[in-house]
Amino acid sequence: MDETKPSEGVVLTPRQLRNRRLRNLAIGLSVGLLAALFYAITIVKLGPGILRPEP
Amino acid sequence: MSIASHNESVSPIGVGDYAAGPAEYFALLKPRVMSLVIWTALAGLLVAPTHVHPVIAVASILAIAVGAGAAGALNMWWDADIDALMARTRLRPIPAGLIDPREALFFGLTLSFLAVLTLAAAANLLAAALLAFTIFFYVAIYTMWLKRSTPQNIVIGGAAGALPPVVGYAVATGSVTLDSLILFAIIFVWTPPHFWALALVKSGDYARAGIPMMPNVKGADRTRLEILIYTLVLVPLGILPWRMGIGGDLYAAVAIAAGAGMAFMAMRVFRIREGSRASKAAMQLFAFSILYLFLLFSALVVEHGFGLIERFGL
Repeated sequence: MDETKPSEGVVLTPRQLRNRRLRNLAIGLSVGLLAALFYAITIVKLGPGILRPEP
Repeated sequence: MSIASHNESVSPIGVGDYAAGPAEYFALLKPRVMSLVIWTALAGLLVAPTHVHPVIAVASILAIAVGAGAAGALNMWWDADIDALMARTRLRPIPAGLIDPREALFFGLTLSFLAVLTLAAAANLLAAALLAFTIFFYVAIYTMWLKRSTPQNIVIGGAAGALPPVVGYAVATGSVTLDSLILFAIIFVWTPPHFWALALVKSGDYARAGIPMMPNVKGADRTRLEILIYTLVLVPLGILPWRMGIGGDLYAAVAIAAGAGMAFMAMRVFRIREGSRASKAAMQLFAFSILYLFLLFSALVVEHGFGLIERFGL
């Protein structure tokens, strides 16, 4: 092994790079959807309670 | 060997670079099974005699669908070794070398956790517990234990597929009642003729993978008889929701007509035993059984979803 040459590590193929980008995008969208879902659930379940003034 | 390393030694058939995109991960969720789960859970939710806020209904159905998908992913993780041996399943993402088995495991576990948590937040603890039990039953009881050990695998395992309407009903009411158990019973009794019709045609595949399906263990003739018996139990059971007032006249018409179709096709499978006509009859029953279940639950969705029963007294 040529020790003078720096290691390139794992080199991804164009297909692997493209699919990794798509996976990241899908994870981002899913997390965003989950946050929006929990926001909506919170508003529906607690909304009237939040808006009702303390006696 | 730890349970997490199960199937790590399965040699990929295809590309083998584990470079799956979102489409392959979506395929891990068994989208066709998921669509039937969504439909039956929605029917369970709608037939409940209580109103559910649309946001809670959508969030709950989404959670149930993701939970079902997660169970599918965990099933594919455990079964990758036998999936690689069967023509029908060898191109699934794990045996095709597109997804690493360990990633599929963590994907399935993460989605299971999120689905149960979301259902607990959106609906109630009973619905969440039922979803968790459904996933556990499908993965641990059916996939890991029964599937490779007994020809009754899909009979008992069918309970997992039959639970979604019970979960949907529990979302709305926070309880399990006779109404939801009847919907459970319909899917439970429907499962054996549905899967055994396929197993009659794919018995070579199952034999290669060493799965003790009914035709491989008890023979094709015994399987045909059992398909017929289960179907003859299924047809009146399918009409029962109408007698109990869960379904209206539209449901009754659909259940009687589609039930007659199921009985006719099961009879054909029983009578025609040789050659390509026998395979054709079995595949027709398999396809029609999917339509049968879809039609029955669609009738409930239409009647309750559009308020036909309340509005027109149907």
